Amino acid sequence: MPLLKVEGLGKLYDGETKVLRDVNFEVEAGEFLSIIGPSGAGKSTLLRCINRMVEISEGKVIFDDLDVGEMRKKELRKLRTNIGMIFQHYNLVPRLTVIENVLHGRFGYKSTLQGVFARFTEEEKERAFFLLDKLGIAEHAYKRCDQLSGGQQQRVGICRALIQEPKLILCDEPIASLDPNSSKVIMDYLKQISTEMGITCLVNLHQVDVAKEYADRIIGLKKGEIVFDGPSKLLYEDQIENIYGIETRELITV
Amino acid sequence: MNEKKIHKNKWQTTIFLLIIIFITYLSTAITDFNFIDSIATIPAAIGWMFTNLMVTQESMAKMPAIMEKLGETIFMSIAATTLAAVVSLFLALLGSKTTKVNNIFSMLARFIASFSRNIPVVAWSLILLISFGQNSVTGFLALFVATLGFLTRAFIESIDEANQSSVEALTATGATYFHIVSKAVIPQSLPQMLSWILFMIETNIRSATLVGILTGTGIGYMFDLYYKSMNYNVVALITFTIVIAVIVIELISNKIRKVIL
Ligand SMILES: Nc1ncnc2c1ncn2[C@@H]1O[C@H](COP(=O)(O)OP(=O)(O)OP(=O)(O)O)[C@@H](O)[C@H]1O
Ligand SMILES: [Mg+2]
Repeated sequence: MPLLKVEGLGKLYDGETKVLRDVNFEVEAGEFLSIIGPSGAGKSTLLRCINRMVEISEGKVIFDDLDVGEMRKKELRKLRTNIGMIFQHYNLVPRLTVIENVLHGRFGYKSTLQGVFARFTEEEKERAFFLLDKLGIAEHAYKRCDQLSGGQQQRVGICRALIQEPKLILCDEPIASLDPNSSKVIMDYLKQISTEMGITCLVNLHQVDVAKEYADRIIGLKKGEIVFDGPSKLLYEDQIENIYGIETRELITV
Repeated sequence: MNEKKIHKNKWQTTIFLLIIIFITYLSTAITDFNFIDSIATIPAAIGWMFTNLMVTQESMAKMPAIMEKLGETIFMSIAATTLAAVVSLFLALLGSKTTKVNNIFSMLARFIASFSRNIPVVAWSLILLISFGQNSVTGFLALFVATLGFLTRAFIESIDEANQSSVEALTATGATYFHIVSKAVIPQSLPQMLSWILFMIETNIRSATLVGILTGTGIGYMFDLYYKSMNYNVVALITFTIVIAVIVIELISNKIRKVIL
């Protein structure tokens, strides 16, 4: 049984233009999948339909055998604890410390009062430090996030997602604001998470070469439609040109 | 193309200036305001100020009473501002795009804010005078209402500016509304909000003097009293203490701002 099933998914923001149309794919547990496509193709929208950060207009998203579109508030919260999310701009609370930001990942499991009074158990705190250590930023635990570099902030973002103990992690262009070195560090960590912890990863990427290097499988999105879906090594030049259009392709490789 | 743009801008500026000059001329003509005459009165006015508005030994005897009234005014401003701040925080959370509960409450909060903000504090005092009479409640309420609108608006902007991205991230972890507000939005926006509150306390101490003249309370009432009995020495002393108080408050709040921001 696949972990995630997307069936005939369609999305309209304004009632006219279809940002996504008839998107179908399945993801097995443990897969490392990358979604590529030009700007405006609908990559971010697709990810946000999976944890219903945007409402689904047509079709179905089935996660772990449950229909995401039909979920009520409480079930939706439970779904979101199972799905971590990583953002291009890290989306941390900049004035708070690293450790506080990591523990935010536990809110999905807390009652309102527990969360408001920051009642975290010893195990949760230990786990937070374990993860920070794993991502090599334990020494910064008590620093404010706005004092960290972009690459370090993204690692905090990854810790916040991991402490949720998710089955799936959605990454919306996790390296688009980073230099090549930090990009490599982040991609290596994501790959490590997927192979060591068996967490499924869906990664939106701008860089085709990065997608080919890290992902087992690539989905190519163009104007809201899937135009390629297959193993990374089968993504050839002509398909890349088809996804991006020839002119843009030249811009990207330079 | 750039040169053309600059050229066009120059023309726009000239036309704009001409329009302003014309409007100024028109309004002076309509209101019988004579520019030359009014400038001519300035030296005489300054002379009068120097001879009459002098702090003398006798007026110093009024100092304890002045200080008492000044304290009253300052505390009223602080109380009105902090109470307004608490209410504004709730209105701002409802009104902000990032933290709104639903569109109806959001519209309502924004409406209350702009309604109370767009009526000046003096007008509020006069309106409230009718129902509450000449007492300190009226002054307090006038400051409270005017501050409410301003702070709600400022808080909404602080919230929207600082929190969209972290609110999205926390929503995606399954956090509840109150988790997000108490552990992300408020910690992130609090320094900015405190800074606005300090600004409003400064402003309100100035306004409170004016409001006091209308509602017959605090330092403003004292000012009015001695002004009407033409005891200009005491008026000078009162003015002087108000200026000093405002400067001191500004210095203090600048210090606080440095620490929190
Ligand atoms: N909240 C929204 N309201 C209305 N339209 C939106 C919204 N979000 C995205 N869109 C539109 O949907 C389309 C797809 O946007 P999306 O952000 O999913 O693309 P993307 O592939 O992630 O692009 P990028 O690579 O630039 O991030 C765009 O045309 C965009 O203008
Ligand atoms: Mg995007």
